[in-house]
Amino acid sequence: MTETVDVRGLSCPQPVMMTRKALQHTQADEVRVLVDTMTQVHNCTRAAEALGWQASYEEKQGAFELTLRR
Amino acid sequence: MKRPRDFFASRLGIVVVGILIGCLAATLQKLGNFANMGICVACFTRDIAGALGLHRAAAVQYLRPEIPAFCLGAFLAAVLFREFRPRTGSAPMVRFVLGMFAMIGALVFLGCPWRALLRLAGGDGNALFGLAGLAGGVFVGLQFLKAGFSLGRSYPTRTVAGLALPFIMLVLVILAVLYPQFGPEGQAALFRSKGGPGAAAAPVIWSLSFGLIIGFLAQRTRFCTVGGIRDVILMRDYHLLSGVGGLLVAAFVLNLVYGQFHPGFAGQPAAHTTQLLNFGGMLLAGLCFTLAGGCPGRQVFLSGEGDADAGMFVLGMLIGAAVAHNFQMVGTQPTAPYIVIIGLVIVCLIGILGRERSAPER
Repeated sequence: MTETVDVRGLSCPQPVMMTRKALQHTQADEVRVLVDTMTQVHNCTRAAEALGWQASYEEKQGAFELTLRR
Repeated sequence: MKRPRDFFASRLGIVVVGILIGCLAATLQKLGNFANMGICVACFTRDIAGALGLHRAAAVQYLRPEIPAFCLGAFLAAVLFREFRPRTGSAPMVRFVLGMFAMIGALVFLGCPWRALLRLAGGDGNALFGLAGLAGGVFVGLQFLKAGFSLGRSYPTRTVAGLALPFIMLVLVILAVLYPQFGPEGQAALFRSKGGPGAAAAPVIWSLSFGLIIGFLAQRTRFCTVGGIRDVILMRDYHLLSGVGGLLVAAFVLNLVYGQFHPGFAGQPAAHTTQLLNFGGMLLAGLCFTLAGGCPGRQVFLSGEGDADAGMFVLGMLIGAAVAHNFQMVGTQPTAPYIVIIGLVIVCLIGILGRERSAPER
């Protein structure tokens, strides 16, 4: 099961807040985060790793898809 | 799939850049910039407003090359690392108003968050009250964010929209270097202080080159003082704050080396001891910065990487500086206490009215 969070275009710290909220409440083992800047790739990665999740990303059509796994 | 890693995003990266920014700031003071004002975004934007004739405070008029250089340095970094992304649409007018009140609050304290750190590094104890106010403003701003405040999403836009502010900054750099007169001296732009903080300036070449370096590195590391405080309160993340710490320590050490450290409260350069105003001014500024997503420096860097909404915040700061001086709201001037209260009321209203549920998604 995969959950998706779309934080594209949002200002700090909303992307991180939404990512944390998703990770803290989800039952899924994998959460996808759609982001549009490398800044948010790094910010959301840091937030996820602090909660014990692992992160990887790929660029897709000018934006980024961050994959977080437990 | 890539693992998101690079040096500038690492803890070491941001600490090194923080240290470098602190060193360059203290060195700019040694080279001529006003005491404890090395790279103050609020002070220097205010000086630029004065140089352009937007206010008539004769002591603070100088087209500071540092601010446009920050933007252009960030622009170069963004282009070079393929991070230049023209975007807009996230409540630009609200950001303009937040920029105005952020500047007004900062000028009651007499400095942006960077200057609060530089003042502390120079021994100015009054900065502690400003920093406390800043942290308070960040805390209040976070409560609005937790309650659902959002300025909405920005969307990709045409390249020309992202280039607009960097282009204006380029024009400012050219004007700063040439300093042409557009009429009789003292009557038409560009104005230039003959005394006071505005007359204290490092040689243009140093201001410009240091500004470009800082803009470049700050864009890479996403250096942000307000973010530093915010992330600690929000999730005990010390990443950005460790860069801020680097700046503070480096500026303190270099101030000792340069003989620029003078501890005390009374008689500090461009400062006052009315602590309630120091606290209140930065409370207002901190709240504005938090709702807008970053400190004034960060807003300038974001505008350099194509964020036209951050550009509106920067223009708001420019006009806010003019308003602050024209209406006698700076430091301990008569109107200052009233505007802090009015500003807090207005920005809190923005915080309440800007909750997500009152702004449906497009």
